[in-house]
Amino acid sequence: MSDAARPAVVHLPRSLAGLFPGAERTMGATGATVLDIVRDLDTRVPGLANRVLDAGPSIRRHLNVFVDGELAVLDTPVRPGATVHVIAAVSGG
Amino acid sequence: MTDRTLVLVGTSKGAFILESDAARRAWAIRGPLCDGWPVHDISVEPGTNALLAGAGSPWFGPAVWRSEDLGETWTHSSEGLTYGDDGPKVTTVWNVTAGLDGIYAGVEPAGLFRSTDRGRSWTHVEGLTNHPSRPEWGPGAGGLILHTIVPHPTDDARMWVGISAVGVFETQDAGATWDTRNKGVRAEFNPDNRFPEFGQCVHKLVMAAGGGERLYQQNHCGVYRSTDGGAQWEEITGDLPTDFGFVMTAHPRDPMTVWTIPLTDPEQGRLMPGGAAAVWRTHDGGDTWVRAGEGLPEEHAYVGVLREAMAHDTLDPVGVYFGTSTGQLYASADEGRTWSRIADNLPPIWSVEAVAVE
Repeated sequence: MSDAARPAVVHLPRSLAGLFPGAERTMGATGATVLDIVRDLDTRVPGLANRVLDAGPSIRRHLNVFVDGELAVLDTPVRPGATVHVIAAVSGG
Repeated sequence: MTDRTLVLVGTSKGAFILESDAARRAWAIRGPLCDGWPVHDISVEPGTNALLAGAGSPWFGPAVWRSEDLGETWTHSSEGLTYGDDGPKVTTVWNVTAGLDGIYAGVEPAGLFRSTDRGRSWTHVEGLTNHPSRPEWGPGAGGLILHTIVPHPTDDARMWVGISAVGVFETQDAGATWDTRNKGVRAEFNPDNRFPEFGQCVHKLVMAAGGGERLYQQNHCGVYRSTDGGAQWEEITGDLPTDFGFVMTAHPRDPMTVWTIPLTDPEQGRLMPGGAAAVWRTHDGGDTWVRAGEGLPEEHAYVGVLREAMAHDTLDPVGVYFGTSTGQLYASADEGRTWSRIADNLPPIWSVEAVAVE
């Protein structure tokens, strides 16, 4: 596999992966941006994009996405082999 | 023959199911279900007995959950549950109700969606959002929420919905157009016009048994009945201790019997008056009311009951159920005359539904 084709490694919170039977908490995904990554994941975990994305589209208010440790938005570039974390924000009671 | 009676409870931290037999004396509880999501409503799809839960997660957004095995396993979807990328963001599902031509979901901000594939995908019922009054809709204390959906029992073109601080609407053409249904209902918070066309704060709308024209509603400003499908309302608050309350449920066979729970005014806490828990019922369509407190805490019961948190089953005698915003669940197996607590220490209860299954 060429370096350019290496998938990003996406880490999902337990509360998100748990909504989809069989989904892994760590998955590979390909795409040039965070939005592309989410949509790629949705092809294998149907419905996942609706849990992560709000209208706009935008990342849901109480979720944060980090790309290689940096807080990201949907059009943040994702390099091949990047590490992507989806984090449930500290909120609620 | 009824083998199982289920009470479906939506709370701020997941759904719970209490189960008994037809005698309804001993109850087993399971939960939290729906992954601990806040659940505003649970209903039962007639014919299939599928459970439908309207929910909204602060993290993961709105969804309708569905169980086809009485709550053992669940799926969820919000596909199409959106006003579009340029529209307001749907935060939660407040009501999910099966109609004759599909399943309907009421959401926040207020709007109606329909599914014709058992909840897998949803389509916006644009006719309601396109009502000329929409630009003037404003939120009540609970938000701008479509919290009540009442399908006509035999005519799939007719349906009523209730929206807080906006009022009741009816469609007679399957959702294409809607008309306000608020004549005779007070809006005391609108001193310039106490009887506007819309803006009334309906809290719960129910249909009486046996037809489709007799409706009742518990409003922010009183209790009402209509005998003409909501075209005209008549106040029946009568000798109820307050005119405020949230819940209402109607007898499944007697169109003249309705239960409600009066609460103190919002400015006074929205609690059962005098710290004495009581359920009130009428057997004459609202001309007179009867108080029942036997089995309920009679002193220092500072509890409230939210809009979806009362229900009945279809057994004979009818079972009636309500849950409090502090996590107690009460049941009556004798049509609301005597009561017992069947669960405690639940999260704040937002909805109660009951179903008897074989």
